[in-house]
Amino acid sequence: MNPTRHAVSLGLRRGWTEFVLSLRSPQDQGFYLFMGVGTLAYLWFNRDTELEGTGLLLPTFALPSILGALIAFGVVIGPAYALAMEREDGTLLRHKALPHGMQGYVTGQLLYHSLGLLPLLLVILVPSFLLFDDVMSNGAAGWATVAWVLVLGLLATLPLGMIIGSVVPSVQKVGTWGMLPIITLSAISGIFFPIQAMWGWLQAVAQVFPIYWIGLGMRSAFLPDAAVTVELGDSWRTGTTVLVLAAWAVFGMLVTPRVLRRMARRQSGSQVQQAKEAALQWVR
Amino acid sequence: MGPDPEHSAAGEPAISVRGLQMTYGEHAVLTGVDLDVHAGEVVCLLGPNGAGKTTTIEILEGFRLPSAGEVRVLGENPAEGGDAWRARVGVVLQSWRDHARWTPRRLLEQLGGYFTPYATADRPRPYEVDWLLRTVGLTENADRKIGTLSGGQRRRLDVAVGIIGRPEMLFLDEPTAGLDPQARRDFHDLVHRLADLEGTSILLTTHDLAEAERLADRILILVNGRIVADGSADALTRQVAGSAEVRWACDGERFVHATADPTPFVRELFRQHGDRVTDLEVRRANLEDTYIAMVQRFESGDRTAPQLAEVSR
Repeated sequence: MNPTRHAVSLGLRRGWTEFVLSLRSPQDQGFYLFMGVGTLAYLWFNRDTELEGTGLLLPTFALPSILGALIAFGVVIGPAYALAMEREDGTLLRHKALPHGMQGYVTGQLLYHSLGLLPLLLVILVPSFLLFDDVMSNGAAGWATVAWVLVLGLLATLPLGMIIGSVVPSVQKVGTWGMLPIITLSAISGIFFPIQAMWGWLQAVAQVFPIYWIGLGMRSAFLPDAAVTVELGDSWRTGTTVLVLAAWAVFGMLVTPRVLRRMARRQSGSQVQQAKEAALQWVR
Repeated sequence: MGPDPEHSAAGEPAISVRGLQMTYGEHAVLTGVDLDVHAGEVVCLLGPNGAGKTTTIEILEGFRLPSAGEVRVLGENPAEGGDAWRARVGVVLQSWRDHARWTPRRLLEQLGGYFTPYATADRPRPYEVDWLLRTVGLTENADRKIGTLSGGQRRRLDVAVGIIGRPEMLFLDEPTAGLDPQARRDFHDLVHRLADLEGTSILLTTHDLAEAERLADRILILVNGRIVADGSADALTRQVAGSAEVRWACDGERFVHATADPTPFVRELFRQHGDRVTDLEVRRANLEDTYIAMVQRFESGDRTAPQLAEVSR
C-alpha cells in the first residue's frame, strides 16, 4: 500500500463526506438559496433591458458572466474561509498529527470546494432556463465549452483561495484580504457591464486576473456568435483564455504546496489555543 | 507498506532530551531541559503556568522547532520525523469546534484510515472503531453530531483520536481539564491499560497533583524553563525537609511544627506537656505540599533544600 496514494483516497472520501454533510446543513442550504434567489431577482428585474447595439437582453448577457464570477468567488472565498477557520479550530492540526495527514486534508478541500460549485450552478441555471428565453445559444458545443471553462477556471482560482486562507492572520481578516479584492476584481471584470465601459488601464488590470477570462469563456459558451462584437477586439479569444487560465493554474500548482507547507509547519496546539481565546474575546 | 516501525533498539529510551533551549526573541522559555522517558513508562510533567510545559511537549511532538539542544523521540529528531515516525506517535489535542458536522464514528473511521499502511503483525493499526468508542465511553453518542457533544464527551473523543493509531509514544497536554470525576476515573483506567497492556510510553502534563500521583511512574517538575525535580511522588516528597506537619494546642495556644520524623517529636511533646496537649494532628506532606515548596523555592531563585515553613501562632 502506497501511503501517499492511500492518503489521497482518504482525502477524496473526506471531501465527499464534507460535501454530503454540507448539503444536509440548513446553513449551507440557506447560502445556496440566497445566491440563487439574489441572482435570479437581479436578472428578473432587468429582463426587458436591452444591451445597447446588440439586440441581446440583459439576462442573456449577464447570466454567463455572473456564473463566471460566482465560480471564481466560490472557489476563492470558500477555501480561504475554510482554511483560515480550520487552522484556528484545530482541524488542520489533527491532520498534521497523522502520517500523510496534510496530503489527505488538502485533497479533501480541493474535492469539497469543487463539488460545492454544482449546487450553486444548479440553483441558478435550472430556474434561468425556465424563466428566460435564449439562455443557451450554442447547444451541445456550448455545454462542452462550459465544462472546460469550469475545469480550467477551477484549476486557476482554487489554489488562490488556498493561498489566501494560508497567509491571512485570522478568520476575521479573510474579508479584507479575500472578499475585498475579489469583489473589486469582479466589478472591473465585465460581469455586470461590458469591460469597454471602463478606462483602458482598468481593462488591462482586469485582464491579468482569471475572473475576466472565466466570464469571457462562459459568454463564448452561452451567447450567439453575433454577440462577439461586445467583446474586446470583437473576438472570444479562446486561445488566450486557455493560456491565461493555464498560466494561473501552473502558478497555483507551484506556489500553493509551498505556502501550505509553510503554514502547516507553524501549526501547534498553543496556536489553536490562542485562536480560541481570541475568538472568545471577539464574542464578548 | 511503510518502513518497519519497530526499528528502535530495545532498551533505548522513548524520549531523550539534552540541553533543550527555547527562546522567543529576548524571552527564554526553556533554559536547558534534560529529560528521559523510558519505554513503557508514564511520566508526568508538572509546573506552574508559563513554566514551559506546553512548549516542551510541542517540541517533542514535532510541532515546534527548539532553539538549541538535542531531542530524540522514538530514536528520531521530531523536527525531522517523517510519516513513518508520525504513525508511531499519538497526540491528544484540545479540540474546540472542529468537525462539528461529523459524528465521532465517522471521524474516527476517517482519521484512523491514515494508519492502515503502518500496521505490523504485532501492532495492528488502527484500533477498531467500535472498541475505541466503547473504551472511551462514547458508544451511546457515536452517531451524534460532534457539535452537539458536551465538553467532557469532546475530551473523550480527543483521547480516542489521539490513540487511534495504537501509538508507541503518547503525548497528552492537560488531558483531564474539564472532565467530571467519573470521566476522569475512566480516563485514568485507560492510561493504565495503555501503559500496561500496550506498553505505550506516555508523557502528560496536568495541574491536578492527585492525578499525577495516581498515574505517573515518575514526576518531573518544570520551573522557570528547567527541570527542578525528577522522581516518584514518594521520592519527591522525601526530598522536602520536614516532610510532616504536627499541629497541637497547649493551654489554649495553637502550634504547628514541621519535622522529618514526627514520632520522636510527638513522644517528646507528651513527655514535656503531658495532658495539657490537645487537638493533636500529624499530617504527612503530600505531593501538593512538595510541589508548592519546590516551585516557591525555585521561583524565588533559592537553590537550597526546600523546607516546610515552621510557624507558631
